[in-house]
Amino acid sequence: MFSITLCPSTPLTRRVQGARSGHKPAEVLNERNRSLKLFSWKLILSVAVIIAATIYILPTINPGIWPHKKINLGLDLQGGMHLVLEVETEKAVESTIERISNDLKGILRTKHISFAAIERTEETKISVALQGQENIDGFEKILDKEFRELRILSRTRDNDLLKISMDLPDEATDSIKKLAAAQALETIRNRIDQFGVSEPDIRMQGENRILIQLPGVTDTQRAKELIGKTALLEFKLLDESREPELALSEGVPPGSEILYEIREDAQTKRVVKRPYLVKKGALLTGSYLTDASVQIDSQYNEPYVSIDFDKKGARIFENITEENVKKRLAIVLDNKVYSAPVIQEKISGGHARITGSFTTEDARDLAIILRAGALPAPVKMLEERTVGPSLGTDSINKGLLSMWVGGLLVLLFMAFYYKWSGVVADIALMFNIVIIAGTLAAFQATLTLPGIAGIILTIGMAVDANVLVFERIREEMFLGKTPRAAIDAGYERATLTILDSNITTLIAGLVLFQFGTGPVKGFAVTLSIGIISSVFTVLVMSRIIFDYFLYYRKIKKLSI
Amino acid sequence: MELIKRGINIDFIGKRYIAFAISGLLIIISILSLIVRGGPQYGIDFAGGTLIQLKFKTPVEIGKIKTGLSAMNLSNSSVQIFGDEEENEFLVRTNAPVTTNKEFSQSLEEALITATGNGAEIRRIEMVGPQVGKDLQGKALFAIFYSLLFIAIYISGRFEFKWMLSGLTAAVLMGSVYFLSLFKINLAVLIAAALLVTFAIFWQLNLKYAMAAIVALAHDVMITVGMFSIFDKEFSLPIVAAILTIIGYSLNDTIIIFDRIRENLKKHTKSPLAFVINRSVNETLSRTILTSGTTLLVVIALFILGGGIIHDFAFALLVGITVGTYSTVYVASPILNAWQGKTKKRR
Repeated sequence: MFSITLCPSTPLTRRVQGARSGHKPAEVLNERNRSLKLFSWKLILSVAVIIAATIYILPTINPGIWPHKKINLGLDLQGGMHLVLEVETEKAVESTIERISNDLKGILRTKHISFAAIERTEETKISVALQGQENIDGFEKILDKEFRELRILSRTRDNDLLKISMDLPDEATDSIKKLAAAQALETIRNRIDQFGVSEPDIRMQGENRILIQLPGVTDTQRAKELIGKTALLEFKLLDESREPELALSEGVPPGSEILYEIREDAQTKRVVKRPYLVKKGALLTGSYLTDASVQIDSQYNEPYVSIDFDKKGARIFENITEENVKKRLAIVLDNKVYSAPVIQEKISGGHARITGSFTTEDARDLAIILRAGALPAPVKMLEERTVGPSLGTDSINKGLLSMWVGGLLVLLFMAFYYKWSGVVADIALMFNIVIIAGTLAAFQATLTLPGIAGIILTIGMAVDANVLVFERIREEMFLGKTPRAAIDAGYERATLTILDSNITTLIAGLVLFQFGTGPVKGFAVTLSIGIISSVFTVLVMSRIIFDYFLYYRKIKKLSI
Repeated sequence: MELIKRGINIDFIGKRYIAFAISGLLIIISILSLIVRGGPQYGIDFAGGTLIQLKFKTPVEIGKIKTGLSAMNLSNSSVQIFGDEEENEFLVRTNAPVTTNKEFSQSLEEALITATGNGAEIRRIEMVGPQVGKDLQGKALFAIFYSLLFIAIYISGRFEFKWMLSGLTAAVLMGSVYFLSLFKINLAVLIAAALLVTFAIFWQLNLKYAMAAIVALAHDVMITVGMFSIFDKEFSLPIVAAILTIIGYSLNDTIIIFDRIRENLKKHTKSPLAFVINRSVNETLSRTILTSGTTLLVVIALFILGGGIIHDFAFALLVGITVGTYSTVYVASPILNAWQGKTKKRR
């Protein structure tokens, strides 16, 4: 053990002090005034910072003490879900083209213009083939009048056979894509709002990606189902000309398709797939829905989803049911058949019900997605990070435990190694942690597990600034300076070193903040805040404590 | 109390060949390990894939978990123990991005119960699709590139007090990277090229302090990456963050010693450089050991107590800080001496 203590009685000290007070009393007085002034300026700033930090931390310790939010915990600490979805906007363009070609067919039929073929080719092109001058003229007229938006790609005429290929111009497809992405964002936001998640973060990322952060969600599977479903509701007539099993083996008649009903037996958990042969082309879609809600069937005591159509939808529904009495109408959601009831009579009023073997939860979720509307295009899951709540709690506990243990070891070591001065450094270190926590709360930054690691690292590195100062002070005292002179010189000479040795780590921290995502960003935040606040606590706060003892308590001995 | 006695005088420069041998050996082992394993192991953040963390109530054998997984068509996934053994936690990883919908988790839980006779809780699922993996790779490389750029500007300015030159360095660096990027070169190659360009600029401009610092920095990163390869650990986003922190930390040490060297060069104008360097390293030795010591103390606490998720991150910091401290004393300073010896010019 070795410690330097300087007492007034040492001849060396007396000589230095004597020289100062003897020859330059005015200068000493001036210097002292200057120090006191600085001291008070620094003091006010420090006290203000500590009070502000404490005020911001209070809601985290005791919620409701004043209306500011708690420190934000990242998904890795409180559990929850992070999803990145891609809206397949290309599909929205395809369905627009499909709709346009259906419209074209409809108009040509009503105008009695016969065509050889109208079909969607290469995903987003319409190919039309017409025979006969009369038909061609009629078609051209309609094209000019009602389909001005279509761009003609190629046109071949072979005697009286016209083949024409068209698509939408680039600006139109771009705006369809943009609109689809925006609509998908809105729809997903609606669904999540209705599902009930506190403080979800849903936003566009780039052109067609949606970033979704759902903190604290426990039933992640349900949330995922709810978000990812396209929810395209369609009413289609069953093709009863052939048994579906027969169609499967012998071929599906043109204009029809096979769709499945998937049911899970509640007791045996066995999944049953049942095929239906339905006619292509929806008679009615979910776009006419105004409301959907869960009801309980009084007869079977089973939940079902009751849906209401708007006026136009109600009229279409009335027509369908009127024209197809005794036929079966399939209710199809995302190409899955939910039920295919027989139409008993004309239904007016625009009410319908979707039954299936629902649990109440399933029915509730279905009602939510029907109310929120269909996604304009399907979405694809690009990234998923789900953390269960128990793991989050584990992470917090382990992170905090290592912080306490590491911090305590450092505090003890400093007090042991630098004695009284070490205690000063320890006080500064504790203030440092208070400031980091306060800043996190004030700026509503997110604390993540790597963020806790950042705080731990700061505790280790914050000591560095103190060590630099103290080692300098020791050197100065070894050269025979008084405690006051040694402290002044120590701080003065160490300040520049402290500042620029921290800049490199700060550069790394700031770059990480710019490029990092989620947990890594949390690390960048605490590391950067920690570096700034540790420089502040060492250069300003611990200096105040030293000054206090030097100027007010007039200590003559420095235990360092 | 003092760990390092005042007036201590260890001949660091004199032992430089031993240090170079040790460093060289470590780097060769690192490179060999990287070659043998075919480059660094990328985690799902960069490679894409699916990660599932499972917690069983009672101990289970890995083999049985694998049986359960193969029933799920996940037979080519790797399973390893995660965290402390008594916690019965396992990490399942596949290279394919699996869509983990309701049916998937249900049947996974069932398959595991059938295979192990023990219920498992799915505590964490991470799925990264190939596109996102590529995006994250790009982001990480950009982060590395910009930190290196700013740090190169800072050290050339700070160590040599030639801010004009450092501006020029930055311009040349940005220019050459822009030029290379026109050829659509892989960003990793771009970063390596940028480092070489930086080195060449420092060499050309005779920025010896900056050059020594950059060499020490490359040394630290090399060995940390090598250690990850040797211990078969994966690179993920947090590891990149740890490496950037190591770069900052290692430079911090270097700056302090180099500052002292410059200060002492003014005091001892007649002494040989090796003497001044040795003296400076010795004078700051106490600080170097104390700071690294306390930092290592907290990082070890994190490594032991922080749990599985932060384990690799703490490992990277542990290796990086140890190597960073060593390299400041035994790599950066001797290189400065060697370079100085060549040019016979002192400043």
